[in-house]
Amino acid sequence: MSTERIDRVVVRFAGDSGDGMQLVGDRFTGQAAAFGNDLATFPSFPAEIRAPQGTVHGVSSFQVHFASSDILTPGDAPDVLVAMNPAALRANTADVPVGGVVIVDPDEFTKRNIAKAGYASDPLSDGSLAHLTIHQVTMGALTLGAVSELGLGRKEALRCRNLFALGLLSWMYGRPTEVVEDYLRQKFAKKPLVAQANVLAFRAGWNFGETTEMFAVSYEVPAAALPAGTYRHVSGNAALALGIIAAGWVSGMKVVLGTYPITPASDILHELAKHKNFPVLTIQAEDEISAVGAALGASFGGALGVTTTSGPGLALKSETIGLAVMAELPLLVVDVQRGGPSTGLPTKTEQADLLQAMFGRHGESPVAVVAPSTPADCFDAALEAARIAVTYRTPVLLLSDGALANGAEPWRLPEIDELADIRPDFSTEPNAADGSGTHWPYLRDDETLARAWAIPGTPGLQHRIGGLEKAADTGAISYDPANHEFMVRLRQQKIAGIDVADLDVHDPSPATTRTLVLGWGSTFGPIQDACRRLAARGVSVAHAHLRHLNPFPANLDEVLARYERVIVPEMNLGQLALLLRGRGATHLISHTQVTGQPFKAGDLEAAVLAYMEGAAA
Amino acid sequence: MTTLDEPVQVEEEQQPISGLALVPRGPQGQKPADYRSDQEVRWCPGCGDYIILSTVQAMLPTLGLQKENLVFVSGIGCSSRFPYYLDTYGMHSIHGRAPAIATGLAVARPDLSVWVITGDGDALSIGGNHLIHALRRNVNITVLLFNNRVYGLTKGQYSPTSNQGMVTKSSPLGAPDAPFNPVSLALGAEASFVARALDSDREGLADVLRQAAEHRGASLVEIYQNCPIFNDGAFDVLKQPGSDRHLVRLVPGSPVGLGELDDQGRHSHLVVREGGALRVVARDEADPAQVLVHDPADPDPTTAFALSRLSTQDLSHVVTGVFRAVSRPAYDDDVRRQGEDASKASPPDLEDLIFDGDVWSVPSHRGASA
Repeated sequence: MSTERIDRVVVRFAGDSGDGMQLVGDRFTGQAAAFGNDLATFPSFPAEIRAPQGTVHGVSSFQVHFASSDILTPGDAPDVLVAMNPAALRANTADVPVGGVVIVDPDEFTKRNIAKAGYASDPLSDGSLAHLTIHQVTMGALTLGAVSELGLGRKEALRCRNLFALGLLSWMYGRPTEVVEDYLRQKFAKKPLVAQANVLAFRAGWNFGETTEMFAVSYEVPAAALPAGTYRHVSGNAALALGIIAAGWVSGMKVVLGTYPITPASDILHELAKHKNFPVLTIQAEDEISAVGAALGASFGGALGVTTTSGPGLALKSETIGLAVMAELPLLVVDVQRGGPSTGLPTKTEQADLLQAMFGRHGESPVAVVAPSTPADCFDAALEAARIAVTYRTPVLLLSDGALANGAEPWRLPEIDELADIRPDFSTEPNAADGSGTHWPYLRDDETLARAWAIPGTPGLQHRIGGLEKAADTGAISYDPANHEFMVRLRQQKIAGIDVADLDVHDPSPATTRTLVLGWGSTFGPIQDACRRLAARGVSVAHAHLRHLNPFPANLDEVLARYERVIVPEMNLGQLALLLRGRGATHLISHTQVTGQPFKAGDLEAAVLAYMEGAAA
Repeated sequence: MTTLDEPVQVEEEQQPISGLALVPRGPQGQKPADYRSDQEVRWCPGCGDYIILSTVQAMLPTLGLQKENLVFVSGIGCSSRFPYYLDTYGMHSIHGRAPAIATGLAVARPDLSVWVITGDGDALSIGGNHLIHALRRNVNITVLLFNNRVYGLTKGQYSPTSNQGMVTKSSPLGAPDAPFNPVSLALGAEASFVARALDSDREGLADVLRQAAEHRGASLVEIYQNCPIFNDGAFDVLKQPGSDRHLVRLVPGSPVGLGELDDQGRHSHLVVREGGALRVVARDEADPAQVLVHDPADPDPTTAFALSRLSTQDLSHVVTGVFRAVSRPAYDDDVRRQGEDASKASPPDLEDLIFDGDVWSVPSHRGASA
C-alpha cells in the first residue's frame, strides 16, 4: 500500500436524511480545519425533515472540498462519493466524473431498496456504473460487528454506520482522529454507551481501510499555506450572527433581534439566542411583520433593531421597512435568499431577491443593500450593514443566500481592537433652528444627511415621528407639494451619498484584459475559481465583485468602461444586469442560472470562454 | 433619563409589581397642560377622541413620571393621531402594527411607560394577530382601544365591531359580518388586565387608565367612543337618562349590580350566577348566595368572561371597569432577566466569543515556506 500526495480532494457523503450525513460532513470539515487545509463545504438537504426512508426525496448530502492551497468553492464534482443506500447513489452518481470513487454498502441493495430508489435493476450488477470505481463495503455489517460487545439493539448499533464511513474516509486521507473522538465523547457525554459505540464504529472504519486490500492507495493532502493568523471554520449563518453581536459591541447598542423562524435563516436566531450574555435580546415574534415591527420599535428606543428572514418573509416586512425609511431609523434586515417565487425551494439557493430588496416597497423608498461574498465574509458584511444603518439612520438590506448560510470555510479571525467604532451620536440638546428650545428630529448632518436622533428618555427632546410625510427639519406632518418633492429627493440623495468602498478589480493584466466578470454575493467563489482556471490556460479575464448593491461604488461606471465586455453571472434572470443597464451600460452579457444550486467553476469557465470566442468570431 | 446602559431588574419580592416600577419618577406638580403638544388637534367636531385626549392629559400627571419617559405608539386610523397631541415621545406607525412595535420598544427599554393607541379596525382587524400575541405574552404595555364600531378615517365602512346588518357605504345591504367582543377576545388571549370605559365618563376612564398603567404586563382598555360622522349615537343609550339600567360599574369586593339606587344605595338589579353563566335579575328575586361579588384578581378568567358576555352588542347590559387584573410574569422582564442571568454567569467578551471553539493558528513562516 502506498500514500500519494495530492493537492485537493472533494468528498461527498450522501444518505437518508436520518443517516447523519450532515454530522459526518461537519466532522470531516472539522478534521480538515484541524489539519490546516483550506476548505469549503456545501451541505444539501431536502425541505422535508424526514422524507420517506430510502427514497430519492429523502437524500441528504454534505460535500467537503479541502486542499493544500487556497480554494474558493465546495468543488464542482466529488472525487469520492459515499452513498449509504441506493437512493443516495441514484441522487448523486450523475455528479461523479468518470473514474471517480464511489463507496457503497452492498447489503443495502435489496430488491425493495433498489425499487424504492427508482432503479429498474441493481446498479451494482447491471453495468450502469462501469465508468466509476465502485468499492463495496458492508458498512452496516462491519459496524454491527464492531459494536457487538456493547450489547446495543440492532437499530441503535446501525445508527453508528455513518461514523464507520467517516473512519474509512479518515484513513483514506490521513485525517486526524482525536478531534472526532473528542467530539463524540463530548456530544454523547450523557450517553457513554452511545459515545463508545460511535467511537468503535469510527475506529472500525479506519482499521478497515488500513487492513483490507480493497484500497491500493491512501492520500495525503498537506496543510494549506493560508495567510498567517488564527482561524476557525464557520458557516455563513454563524458568521452573520457573530457579526451582529460584534456590531452591537462596536456601536455600544443593545441588539434586539425580532424574527420568525424561516429556512434557511433560522440558524441566525439559534446562534444569537445562545449568546444572551451579550446585550442581545431575541424575540421570536408571532409573524414576520411583528418581527420587523419589534426590531423597529427597539431601534426607536435606541437599540440596534435587527430582523432576519428569507424571501417570503421579506415580502411581508416591506411595509414596515417603508416606515423605517420614512422614520429614518436604523434597521438591519437580513434576507437569506432561497429559491422562489412563493415557497419555492426552501433549502436551495438563489439570488432572485435583489430587486425586491431594492424596490419592494411602495413609494420612492430607497434603502442600502449589502451582500456578503463568502461564508466568513458574512461577519464583515453584517458589521458593514450595521455601520451604514447607524451612521445614516436607515434600513439596510443584507442579502445572504442559502449557499452562504450553510456553507462553511476557514475564517481568519479579526483583531477585535481594530473593528471600527460605529457609536451613534444621540442628540441630547435642543436643536431647533428657531430658538424655541425644542427638538427638530429632521435636522440633518451636512455631510451624511443623517437626521438628528433623540431617543425616548432624553429630557426636553420629546417629539413624535411616524409614517406621514415630514416637513424638512422640523419633522412636523406636512402635505405640502414642494416639501414632498424635496423630501423624496432628499431620502434618495441620502442613500446615494452613503460612503462605500471603491470596487476592487482583480485583473491579471490590466493593460490587455478586455473581459470583466462582475458578480455579487455568493457567486464570488465560482467566479474567482473560473477566472483562475482561465488564467492558467493563458486567458486573461478580470473579476470584480460587488459588496454594495445600493449605493453602488462610486467607481463602478469607470470600471465597467475599462472593458470591452462585462459578463454578469447571477443565480436569477439578470437582476443586477437590469440595474446596470438602467445606468446606461450596454456592453453587458447576462449569464444566469436558476437551478437552486451554486454555479460550478467549470461551467463558468466554459461559459466565459464561449462568450469571448463568440465575440471574437 | 435613559437607562440604556444600566441593567435593571424588577424586585421579585414585591407583589404585585407596578407596571411603572422601572420608570424614573418625575417632578411633582405637573399639570395637564404640560402634556399638550404644540400641534393643533384635528379631529371632527364632537368626536369622542377629544374627551379621551383631555382625560388622558389630565390623568398623566397623576402617574408621577417624567414625561420624556412616556411613549405613545399608534397604528393607523382617526384615534392613531393621538400621539401627535401629547408632549411625550411618540410614534404614529402603520396599520395594525403598533403592538409589535411597542413590544420591541418595551423589551429594549424597561425605563419607559409604553402605551399603544389603537382603534377597532386597527387592533381587531388588520392588527388582530399582534394584539392577541402581545396580550398572551404579557408585554408591559398599556393598550387603549378606541372602539367606535366603524372605520372613520377611510370614511365609514363597517368594522370588526360593527353591528351585524349595519348599513354603510361598503355594506349597503347590511354588514354580513358577526362582530368581535373586544373584552371577550382579550380574555381569551390570556390578557392579565382587561377593562372597559366610556369616552364620556371622565372619572371612570381616568380610573381604569391609571390602573392599566400601574399594571405590570399587558393591559387592554376598551373605550366606547362616539364617531359623530359615521356612527353617531352608537353609545347614546349609555349616556342618556335611564342609562343606569344598562350600565354595570364593576367595584372590586362589591356585589355586581345595575339600575336605580334605593335609599340605601343598593342597585335595583343584581348579577347572579346561574349554571355556568351570569344573569341580571331584580334584587328581590336574587338568591343572595348566587349574587356575584366582583373579584378582578380571580386567577380563573371564567367569571370575567361571563361578565364580558353580559355586555352584548346591543348594549343592554354594558359592564365597565376592570374585568380582570391578575399578576403574572411580564414577557419583557423575562427576556431581560434571561440576558442578565446569562451575563452574570458568563460576562460578555467579544474576543472570547469569536475565538471560541476549534481554532487553529497559521504562523507567518508557514505561509512563507509553503
